[in-house]
Amino acid sequence: MSDKVLMKGNEAIAEAAIIAGCRHYFGYPITPQTEVAAYMAKKMPKIGGTFLQAESEIAAINMVYGVSSTGKRVMTSSSSPGISLKGEGISYLAGADLPALLINVQRGGPGLGGIQPSQSDYFQATKGTAHGDFHMIVLAPCSVQEMADLTVKGFDLADKYRMTTMILADGTMGQMMEPVSLDYEIAPPVEKPWATTGTKMERKHNIVNSLSLVPEELEKLNFERYERYKKIEETECMYEEYMMEDAEICVTAFGIAARVSKNAINEARKQGIKVGLIRPITLWPFPKAPYKAAAEKVKEVISVELNMGQMIEDVKLATECKVPVTLCNRAGGMIPSPEQVLEAIKKAAKGGTK
Amino acid sequence: MVVFEKPKALADVQLHYCPGCTHGIVHRLVAEVIDELGIEGRTIGIAPVGCSVMAYNYFNCDMIEAAHGRAPAVATGVKRSDPENNIVFTYQGDGDLASIGMAETVHAAARNENITIIFINNAIYGMTGGQMAPTSLPGQVTQTSPYGRDTDHCGFPIRVCEMLSTLEGPEYLERVTVNNVKAVKNAKKAIKKAFQNQLDGKGFSLVEVVSTCPTNWGMTPKKALEWIDEKMLPYYPLGVYKDRSAAKEEASK
Amino acid sequence: MAKLTFKTDNCKGCGLCVDACPKQVIALAKDKINKKGHHPVEAVNPDACIGCAFCATMCPDCIITVER
Repeated sequence: MSDKVLMKGNEAIAEAAIIAGCRHYFGYPITPQTEVAAYMAKKMPKIGGTFLQAESEIAAINMVYGVSSTGKRVMTSSSSPGISLKGEGISYLAGADLPALLINVQRGGPGLGGIQPSQSDYFQATKGTAHGDFHMIVLAPCSVQEMADLTVKGFDLADKYRMTTMILADGTMGQMMEPVSLDYEIAPPVEKPWATTGTKMERKHNIVNSLSLVPEELEKLNFERYERYKKIEETECMYEEYMMEDAEICVTAFGIAARVSKNAINEARKQGIKVGLIRPITLWPFPKAPYKAAAEKVKEVISVELNMGQMIEDVKLATECKVPVTLCNRAGGMIPSPEQVLEAIKKAAKGGTK
Repeated sequence: MVVFEKPKALADVQLHYCPGCTHGIVHRLVAEVIDELGIEGRTIGIAPVGCSVMAYNYFNCDMIEAAHGRAPAVATGVKRSDPENNIVFTYQGDGDLASIGMAETVHAAARNENITIIFINNAIYGMTGGQMAPTSLPGQVTQTSPYGRDTDHCGFPIRVCEMLSTLEGPEYLERVTVNNVKAVKNAKKAIKKAFQNQLDGKGFSLVEVVSTCPTNWGMTPKKALEWIDEKMLPYYPLGVYKDRSAAKEEASK
Repeated sequence: MAKLTFKTDNCKGCGLCVDACPKQVIALAKDKINKKGHHPVEAVNPDACIGCAFCATMCPDCIITVER
């Protein structure tokens, strides 16, 4: 076990990516993820890697597309408005079945919005990143340690399934400092016989492409891709349950909202309220199983979010409308306080919305 | 003795281009250069969006299809993934390179990215059926300038080589055409230099090829070649717009 | 004497080769239609061919092989 080091969340992502074998980073400056780029700019030239500040987020994601086409691990990072710009490239990555790691350190929106933390890109990340039928694997860290762990895991998942993995963090996760252990066993590189590395005159040419003008063929590609997605939904769901064994009320939250919720749950437990937490770590695939189980025993689910209520829709689907699901939220860069969450828990304990 | 045959780097398939479209000539020139330099096994081509979108089927080297206008950014990624080995070219039309992808073009040039760009300027959007391009001539009738391009309303066509030549970055910029045998030979020379520059590590090399679109210009293939001389070349003069190495050599004499 | 070979089925009948030929060796076959529905190029005066390959240089579809 290596010693722990004190790091910012954004820096932990950058260092973990380098440990995971990423030697190519492309990005465009935007608050609050700038430390990722700054760290890469300092480190990459010293280890034979490439850091390049692109002319736009659009160019950055297309540079990612280029490196990924050659089979190498590559990443970019941005924050909400920048991710919107990357949407086009993400769709092309999906259409060409290319692996890549993408970081979104979210800030409040819509539009230019603000620079304070937010979770308002949940829909964008899990459902509507850009045009076409596709998904990304979306991972939601709730500590600096997880920022690093999920970065390493994210590269593995991306390579394994030939798709984009997004780390959906927020301004708080990016900026806060915590001790981190960066002791990883890195899996050997995945074979990528499809990569455009030059034929060396030894094989037929490889083509990386998302164009398919014959609808029957394009349909087939879509069905095949969704078969893969189904397998991911079956095998890759990750979540944490906290004090759910005897819970009568279920709080659910991801990222920073989960940390706030844990404080509120601890306080509620002191006051004798049986409340627990489900924290999804994969937002796509959304871990339906713990919700389905909770719906059989709790009387209310409270979704705590830094947005106007986005994950709550998946929670309602996962609980199959068997219990009321209520929203406890702040938006526009504000974070719910433990007191606000505690109030919501108390209200539910008293009979809530039933 | 065979004095002329299909180059090996050009795939043995029928091109989808309209009769008389000069895309086919330029494809062949690129393939001939790849053959002559012996680089097919290490070349990675980037196809654009537009008429030449399916160029990925026409070259025997590895190929990547890029989003509209993003080929220079994709090429940047490919080149930087293995700068010692990879020979990277993009093949782009005027809408792709000079309209939607202008930022990617300018910045790749400014960085002197060590890539080769083949830029087809035929003053129109072909694939979508003949709309006004960033390079459509003043007065030119297109589907979206049905009364002729009105420069008061939608501005002037962009001269890409001249514009890029104001940058410190690029190594080599030349405008050529392919409307007669002599011009084709010159075009090949320029394309070969643009690839050789990359092999020599000299940097960003762009060859603009003034080309035809008989279908959307509404002309016979023969008339389209003449139209290049009559209308296109007066606005887009041929020549070398930048050759940094040659200029340096000249200066040191 | 030079020899021309055509990949007739790939010819689109654009005629650029015909115009490029300095010796009027080739012409579009008005009485023939290829698989794609075009009048393909053919050598109407093959003995006059000097093997300059101007026709092949201008052919956008790379259908002409020239031997000398």
